[in-house]
Amino acid sequence: MATAAKTNEPWRWTIAEAGEKLRAKAISSVELTQAHLDRIAAVDADVHAYLLVTGETALAQAREADARLAKGDDLTPLTGIPLGIKDVIITQGVTTTAGSRFLEHFVPPYSGTVAQRLRTAGAVTLGKLNMDEFAMGSSTENSAYGPTHNPWDLTRVPGGSSGGSAAAVAAGEAMGTLGSDTGGSIRQPAALTNTVGLKTTYGRVSRFGLIAFASSLDQIGPFTRDARDAALLLQQIAGHDPRDATSANVPVPDYTAQLTGDIRGLRMGIPKEYFVEGTEPGVTAAVQAAIETLKGLGAVPVEISLPNTRFGLPAYYIIAPAEASANLSRYDGVKYGFSVRNEATDLIDSLMRTRGAGFGPEVRRRIMLGTYALSSGYYDAYYKRAEQVRTLIRRDFDAAFTQCDFIISPTSPTVAFPIGDRVDDPYAMYLADLFTIPANLGGICGLSMPGGFSAGLPVGVQILGNHFAEGTILRVADAFERVTDYHTQWPTLATAKPKAKKAASKEK
Amino acid sequence: MSISREEVQHIALLARLRLTDEEAERMRAQLSAILGHIAVLQEADVSDVPPSVSILPPIETFRADEAAPSLPPDELLANAPEREEDYLRVKAVLE
Repeated sequence: MATAAKTNEPWRWTIAEAGEKLRAKAISSVELTQAHLDRIAAVDADVHAYLLVTGETALAQAREADARLAKGDDLTPLTGIPLGIKDVIITQGVTTTAGSRFLEHFVPPYSGTVAQRLRTAGAVTLGKLNMDEFAMGSSTENSAYGPTHNPWDLTRVPGGSSGGSAAAVAAGEAMGTLGSDTGGSIRQPAALTNTVGLKTTYGRVSRFGLIAFASSLDQIGPFTRDARDAALLLQQIAGHDPRDATSANVPVPDYTAQLTGDIRGLRMGIPKEYFVEGTEPGVTAAVQAAIETLKGLGAVPVEISLPNTRFGLPAYYIIAPAEASANLSRYDGVKYGFSVRNEATDLIDSLMRTRGAGFGPEVRRRIMLGTYALSSGYYDAYYKRAEQVRTLIRRDFDAAFTQCDFIISPTSPTVAFPIGDRVDDPYAMYLADLFTIPANLGGICGLSMPGGFSAGLPVGVQILGNHFAEGTILRVADAFERVTDYHTQWPTLATAKPKAKKAASKEK
Repeated sequence: MSISREEVQHIALLARLRLTDEEAERMRAQLSAILGHIAVLQEADVSDVPPSVSILPPIETFRADEAAPSLPPDELLANAPEREEDYLRVKAVLE
């Protein structure tokens, strides 16, 4: 990218670059924020990353940040930086839908801890980002508000469920965003959009104010354009929160201090179960090339085995729906949200009509699957067995991390697929998360980093780390970025309109 | 693996989801297909393997029993579909 264009287009800067310019008074937060609002106005009609843009609030926050920058004290690397938030994290006074009709008019009375921490750090919030309904999906086509389009090819999906968060970063509509990852919902869309997406260790980031999908799996994490920016964002959101009993009371290290560029001697685990037939050749080639690059940087390859990998996807599709069926029982049309009353005969009928009409097809499917797996007569065969398999998968990772310091694999078996391609085949959609799900079951951390292109579409490389080893995997990604330029490539966002939009899910 | 229409309607009642006959039939076909894929779980050797009830080591989750302010009723009830004074209004449970 020519320097001149980069100067005129601040939305191309990284958070680290923008932070330096803000603190040097080379640009104001208001100018930086306005540049992003202009960028959103220029491209979001095509991309549809945002469900809600809060422009006036963002500019008011930018003015506050500028005052803070003028005084020069109490600054963080995020002060004055415009960011976006997945619409599954509640924000006080700002409509939060979780991509569902059920919460179309829901205005939260308080903010989630991560949203609050970003505000405390002085970051600017541009708005709320599109997602699969209640974070269930791998393409963002399950949003009740229409799909997000991949900036690299507007006829294709950006991945999901955090597709809006990924697309916004890829298209220059935010310098960084927050997403959530239950089975791959940060890493898979990052892979499909040439961005960095980090799923944090279970317990690393507070989930207070995260609308729950599957509580033993859900984690919040950042999307950025490089590993350094991911470290900067993680630094502000990580740490214990008394309001989330599952947040771990483990010290938060200085993440950027670990970006030394030196990975000599780090043992790189290559799991044979993640290099299998069915993965697109262009994806395999890019990951093999990344392995060679990391070897060249001094990483030591180690062949490892995670023998229970093939059970990961089926175990997940019992555990996650089971937990979802319990979590989503709160949507009863009584306390808040969508409610059908007039034609109902009694309370139960009102409840059944409300839930039948308020949830989209994929959410209904998962509630049914989860209720079935937990129901009398099936609990042992499905739910209990899935939780036993989960133990096996955790043991696989425990054993692997005695042999290696990080694990490398493809993030997604394919590049971005066409919108509409998989909506009629739920299991084909589930296969998108084949390589990402085991990390959630094991509670470990993982990221996807830009690893090249296959026929013009981005390929993500997944780096998995042990519990609380975010610093290690960020160091690997940062070292990789120092010798590659994939992460600096931008989509052209051709002005050609996408072909007739297929409805996300036509079925009722 | 296949489940019946009756099972689907039974599960839908447990889940409090109203399904039309057409929806129930589609759900039956899709759930049967998904359960077919999931059946591979039966091949895992889980003898003597404890289930993972939590991913974290056991943690001290008790906190001090101290009173703290709660949100005011007006803010909490602002999203209610129907309200009467400081109560949520619903259809009668018993006539």
